[in-house]
Amino acid sequence: MTMDGPNTTGSRRPRRRLAALTATLAIGALALSACAESQREDDGGGGGDSDVDSTFIFAASSDPQSLDPAFASDGESFRVSRQIFEGLVGVESGTPDPEPLLAESWDQSEDGLSYTFDLKEGVTFHDGTEFNAEAVCANFDRWFNFEGIQQAESVGYYYNALFKGYADSPENAVYEACSADDELTATVTLAKPFAGFIASLSLPAFAMQSPTAMEEFGADDISGTEEAPVLSEYATGHPVGTGPFKFESWQTGQQIELSAYEDYWGEQGQVQEIIFRVIDDPTTRRQSLEAGDIDGYDLVAPADTASLKDKGFNVMARDPFTILYLGFNHKIEELSDPLVRQAIAHAIDKEALVAQTLPEGTETATQFIPDSVNGYNDDVTEYEYDPEKAKDLLAEAGYEDGFELDFNYPTGVSRPYMPTPEQVFSNISAQLEEVGITVSPQPNKWSPDYLDRIQGGADHGIHLLGWTGDYNDTDNFVGVFFGGQKPEFGFENKELFDKLAEARKIPDVEEQTPLYEEINADIAEFLPAIPLAHPAPSLGFSPRVESYPVSPVNDEVFNEIVLSE
Amino acid sequence: MLRTIGHRLALLVPTLFGLSLLLFLWVRSLPGGPATALLGDKATPQAVARINELYGFDKPFIEQYATYMGKLLSGDFGVSLRTGRPVLDEFATRFPATLELTAIALVFAVGLGIPLGYWAAKHVGRWQDQLSVFLSLGGVVVPVFFLAFILKWIFAIRLGWFPTDGRQDPRIDATHYTDFYLLDGLMTQEWDAAWDAFMHLVLPGIALGTIPLAIIVRITRASVLEVVNADYVRTARAKGIGANLIRNRFVLRNAMLPVTTTIGLQLGLLISGAVLTETVFAFNGIGRFLRDAIFYLDYPVLQGFIIFIAVIYSLINLLVDVSYNLIDPRVRVQ
Repeated sequence: MTMDGPNTTGSRRPRRRLAALTATLAIGALALSACAESQREDDGGGGGDSDVDSTFIFAASSDPQSLDPAFASDGESFRVSRQIFEGLVGVESGTPDPEPLLAESWDQSEDGLSYTFDLKEGVTFHDGTEFNAEAVCANFDRWFNFEGIQQAESVGYYYNALFKGYADSPENAVYEACSADDELTATVTLAKPFAGFIASLSLPAFAMQSPTAMEEFGADDISGTEEAPVLSEYATGHPVGTGPFKFESWQTGQQIELSAYEDYWGEQGQVQEIIFRVIDDPTTRRQSLEAGDIDGYDLVAPADTASLKDKGFNVMARDPFTILYLGFNHKIEELSDPLVRQAIAHAIDKEALVAQTLPEGTETATQFIPDSVNGYNDDVTEYEYDPEKAKDLLAEAGYEDGFELDFNYPTGVSRPYMPTPEQVFSNISAQLEEVGITVSPQPNKWSPDYLDRIQGGADHGIHLLGWTGDYNDTDNFVGVFFGGQKPEFGFENKELFDKLAEARKIPDVEEQTPLYEEINADIAEFLPAIPLAHPAPSLGFSPRVESYPVSPVNDEVFNEIVLSE
Repeated sequence: MLRTIGHRLALLVPTLFGLSLLLFLWVRSLPGGPATALLGDKATPQAVARINELYGFDKPFIEQYATYMGKLLSGDFGVSLRTGRPVLDEFATRFPATLELTAIALVFAVGLGIPLGYWAAKHVGRWQDQLSVFLSLGGVVVPVFFLAFILKWIFAIRLGWFPTDGRQDPRIDATHYTDFYLLDGLMTQEWDAAWDAFMHLVLPGIALGTIPLAIIVRITRASVLEVVNADYVRTARAKGIGANLIRNRFVLRNAMLPVTTTIGLQLGLLISGAVLTETVFAFNGIGRFLRDAIFYLDYPVLQGFIIFIAVIYSLINLLVDVSYNLIDPRVRVQ
């Protein structure tokens, strides 16, 4: 030490320390890796074409609410459950119409109340349980026996909305009983006529689930409260259906993995593994696609369509099965006057609105159902764009100097029927200012404020809202909006309510047609709200996606995807 | 030293106790009571009654507090109102992501900040100094979300050098033990997984580390300047001690004390404040989770998070104190 110069002393000590540190790290790493074996399997991606990357990555905007579709009502849950589950009834490709799926055919009895389903043979659930008439009845009986919190709107929404009553409240119930006639024949008996029954069974909420798995993982063990339900083990990690893909894992906030079900009864297709990545920001979804990190995402913003196409990405539009409307709150004095409502309808240039703010493929609307739905009426009253006439009507109603109007619109949200509400709002308010109506903007965050404000009370003015149809049924559109007195619109029109209730009771779809046509004409006349457009939601895909089964009702199962590389 | 640590840890108990009391009072003093805050002002009386019964809000105050503390002490932070899963589980899956990101950001900030600050101090008044001051000023004034977005746009989208978002390419079949993806990759020797996890950390790490970097540069520069002119440095130089030794033992070591404090404070901020970065890079950490919790008024999550951050801050402070002991022998003597 004494012999060493200051310089060497200065550099030796750190060197010694460095050596000690390195040694510690190395030993640590060794110790750790001893207990952390790689669990990687050697085989690459499974079957499929060897020159195609069989992993398909799709960006989801959020985690699913639940993996048990009977307890879900959101699009992201259904996107996942459509891969895992199948219902008795499916959807004809490219249309909103029902077609056979797990049931090969069905017969309706004379009185319209019982349906006999002939089931497909040789179908098994992912856990090996056989799919048969008993499994069908187990599912129907499960829904019917929901109790307590399972009946809440936030949990079992669709069964509640469509089948009304349960075993503990049979007086309202639409469903009565299910019987397994033999191995592959099941008969479902209804207590009341329900013309939409077959079509409604195409909803993922009524998909067939494995009775054994539901039992084993306590599918019905839901605790917590209506507002904050705590999911069952089944709904968070063990969904079992008959679909082409089976569940692998769910890392909340990050991704869900599905893999091909090797014993699938149908065509397995090219995709062997699906990964749903959660990317909540729409800009990030687009950028991930551009960077090649994902293969596709839903709800491409209208402004991005052209630039994505220019860069060689595929943008595919669904046929519109949506409605975007401008709602009136009839509790507001001015809006309770039909002349004012007509004036506003004449003040809005729907063509311009669609061209400037909505995706390609969007059609302007004259009524609250798209033309593929039963009861669409070509001869309803139309209010052509005519600002002069709007001013005259306002003057006639006694508002020649115009008036001030609250305009509520949501922010921070993108819905299939309303990709960019802020733009729609500014477009319409400019048009209203044109005819002398002073707009007072009322932006609200979509979640949780906007719907509360619009649907929960009378504290709102004109507002933007819409709907995506779940399946081909007229009541699913107009009945939802105008079937009874609601705070959203605040009007009382007994004649309209009665007609809708009557139409719902007719057991045959074709017999419903004239009544629904009449109802649509009445609504256009009464003008409780202005139907603006039927926006066409689009999906964006990487260039390797040759085809994707776009469906107006989102019935898109990934085994039909064709990939080129 | 162990006594110091023990003493510090003991002090943590009353701090956390006080905090939990404040949280308890906070939730109970929400306008209209917790049930109304939860359900919105249009809640039916039945719904309010049900919530009150379920969470025990209808019981006497003391009893509520006893249950509340009992649950906290047994590690039960309740269930998230938004996701319906236990708060603790939600944190456990996301915290490693945030910690990993923080570590990278800190390595970037310290690894670059201290040399840059020293370099600036050494050339004080000249262009090198001005450049580093300018850069660090820039680092402080550019908002994180903007920087994150620009970095991502240039390096991930235009140039394609880095992935755009997430923690790992989902195509990679990686084995996870600790949920620290980089560490998992190294431990299992799945080198491609480790490399991919690292590449996913680079851009968010830089974005997150820029403000701490700028602050560390400025603090280092200021404190090196102060120490360089101290008497003991002049004496050492007069004794003929070599430049390297002077730098390492006399200047840097003494200059490190304020820098360590700063790093400690920044570390706390990083762990609790990665909200923007995590959002831009779709990084599944606690920052993003917290943002959603605030939007949904998910109070069990917020409550758990506040306690959690308090613990983190206290531990970091402890760490800073311990490192004072290591750096400055005078502290040890006291």
